[in-house]
Amino acid sequence: MSDPIRISIDNPVVRVNNLNFYYGASQALFDISLDFPREKVTALIGPSGCGKSTMLRCFNRMNDLVDGARVEGSIMLDDTQVNDASMDVIELRRRVGMVFQKSNPFPKTIYENVVYGLRIAGENNKAVLDEAVERSLQGAALWDEVKDRLNQSALGLSGGQMQRLCIARAIAVNPEVVLMDEPCSALDPKSTIRVEELIGELRSKYTIIIVTHNMQQAARVSDYTAFLYEGALVEYGLTRELFVKPKSKQTEDYITGRFG
Amino acid sequence: MSNFWRRGEHYVWGTAAALSLTLLMAVALIAVVIINGVGVFWPSSVVEAQLKDGSPLMGEVIRREAVFQGTGERLQFKVGNRDIYGLDFRWVDESRITQSNQPDDVVVLERQEYGNFYGRLKSVQAPGLEISEQQNSWQQLTRAHRYVEEQKHGELKMLAKQLSRLNVRSTRLRAKMDKLIYSGADDDDPDLRRLVEQQQQLDQEFQDVVIRQVAQQEKLSHIKATFADAAGTERVMAVGDIVRFYRPNQMSLLQKVGFYCAKLWELIFGEPRESNTEGGLFPAIFGTVTLIFIMSLLSFPLGVVAAIYLREYAKDGPVVRLVRIAVNNLAGIPSIVYGIFGLAFFVYGVGGSIDRFFFAERLPTPTFGTGGILWASLTLGLLTVPVVIVATEEALGAIPQGVREGSLALGATKLQTLVRTLLPMASPGIMTGLILAMARAAGEVAPLMITGVVKLAPALPIDGTFPFVHLDRKFMHLGFHIYDIGFQSPNVEAAKPMVFVTTLLLVLIVLVMSSVAIYLRNKMKKRYSYRTF
Repeated sequence: MSDPIRISIDNPVVRVNNLNFYYGASQALFDISLDFPREKVTALIGPSGCGKSTMLRCFNRMNDLVDGARVEGSIMLDDTQVNDASMDVIELRRRVGMVFQKSNPFPKTIYENVVYGLRIAGENNKAVLDEAVERSLQGAALWDEVKDRLNQSALGLSGGQMQRLCIARAIAVNPEVVLMDEPCSALDPKSTIRVEELIGELRSKYTIIIVTHNMQQAARVSDYTAFLYEGALVEYGLTRELFVKPKSKQTEDYITGRFG
Repeated sequence: MSNFWRRGEHYVWGTAAALSLTLLMAVALIAVVIINGVGVFWPSSVVEAQLKDGSPLMGEVIRREAVFQGTGERLQFKVGNRDIYGLDFRWVDESRITQSNQPDDVVVLERQEYGNFYGRLKSVQAPGLEISEQQNSWQQLTRAHRYVEEQKHGELKMLAKQLSRLNVRSTRLRAKMDKLIYSGADDDDPDLRRLVEQQQQLDQEFQDVVIRQVAQQEKLSHIKATFADAAGTERVMAVGDIVRFYRPNQMSLLQKVGFYCAKLWELIFGEPRESNTEGGLFPAIFGTVTLIFIMSLLSFPLGVVAAIYLREYAKDGPVVRLVRIAVNNLAGIPSIVYGIFGLAFFVYGVGGSIDRFFFAERLPTPTFGTGGILWASLTLGLLTVPVVIVATEEALGAIPQGVREGSLALGATKLQTLVRTLLPMASPGIMTGLILAMARAAGEVAPLMITGVVKLAPALPIDGTFPFVHLDRKFMHLGFHIYDIGFQSPNVEAAKPMVFVTTLLLVLIVLVMSSVAIYLRNKMKKRYSYRTF
């Protein structure tokens, strides 16, 4: 049987080497190494509490906000070391966007939500902002629904629309990587399908790393899939291979629904 | 019946009863204030009565109650004429009254001194004033009074203004001289000499104006009117001492309404008279609002910023928890303790140091080292800061963590997240804190009494003299006014209506200020409310 976690990827955008992660005294991730391919969708799957979200949050250092969090090992974004003390976190987060499980639009207008990232970066040119709003909302397949009410509160949108707005907000600053932390878990099936279609469209321009609970979703939207179990990487490979012919017994048990 | 207990209905009834009781107490309090306060300025009719012993009695019936022993009722009359009777009020058993009526010709005078006068107009003496003989004496009085009022508002007011201007200049000159002397200039110093000359010149001008003023007043004091009380005792009074005169028994409803409005106007925009028991409350209203305003300017930013640090920056640990407990407990310290702290720290400590460094030449006369509106505001600010901190902390804590993460994940710094997103979202809660703080501050009296409130302030804390805002000045306050006229005035019974009116006004001011704040809060709430689904 071949090694379930070593696959070669050309020109990866994120390379993770021997990543260990601790919340205080308890270790959440154990010696994880894998490369994420450029402009592809990679799904992280695994049972609750296996460390998928923790790993995702390592890529834009959102774990800095957690007291007592500690990272060991290396995460390279292109040629820069993410965990370096000299790394500008602000700059990193502009290059690595994130969409959360629970949509979190700001209590502002739709327009201001989309340009939030640009404004805090100091961009105030109306033409640039207008262009970014149209591009991002079209990119997030929301433009046609909201183009006539850009100046209305984002809190008046439906749940699915809010989540797509959050995606638009993330891609407005042109990130290299978009992290998605269970983006559909709070949505109804119809909205879920819209977001999944959207992920398919975004694939051509952005590298997407998506955490999901839902194996059908992982199978539908991703090119690559990594299976984590209790903080360790169990299997990593092309989605169509991993789901059809898993190399590891644990993976097989999980995707066939025997546990998790 | 068993159903009643089983379904827990008794708890529902218990909670409802508790709420009703609280409401009842609040409503009763407000009702007492409104009932007693609203009617004060209504011109009530004057009764002239004949007693069994043959003596007459004239006045307003203000209360009626059962006699302690025996049957029947007794009436309280406001008889006025303190200069004749010594007392304004008299209790009379109803059984002693043989007859009573309300004659049309009874005149009520509101005077600068000695309270109201109830009686009849006899004649008017106005030498040098053309009053035709055909007019009756009431019309003569009206003319004479109008003339005197015009003089008061014209010439005399102008002279008074000149005097106060000269006074300010003289005070400034004095300060300059003190400074020179303090810095070691002797009597031969040319600068000092020049100042002394100027001072003498000012004194001369001052004298001239005073002489003109006295002459004018002298001229007016010759305009007099003679009145007689119920028993026929005559009194001659200068028309200038009469504030207002009216015949309540022949006033129409419209006239009464007009009278009421005029009194209300005087209350809000006038100066107090008769050791504050009559006249207006303007200085007190102004002082109260200014105090609360300055207090908010100081405590609001401080509280919000402190809460931001506590909630957003400080690492949660024993120290932060201790600080939080301490802040919460600050609200339980008696306000007089804050007052004492304010006196010791702000007035004597900070104010005394300011005096030593910047106004040393005026010592031992204190400038900032004595109570003043700034120190009172700071003391109140200290008292209300915990309210603002707690409210702000709670408002920030109620914002979902996802919003913070969403902002940070877009590359915002913590500060940007705070300013652009968290503070706007917390603003309704912060406003609630401000409302509570303002209401608390408006009601405090104890700490003010030792940090700068006075019974009668010579000047407002904000006026037209440079530098316009005088934070070192003492001020008047509605809450203190209530205490002062209600419990410290020589004639408590006469001051009672004013106590209710002042209370009503204070409640209204708090109501208006919090209504504005609540309106703003609701506007923000609509804009920033975060619905989760």
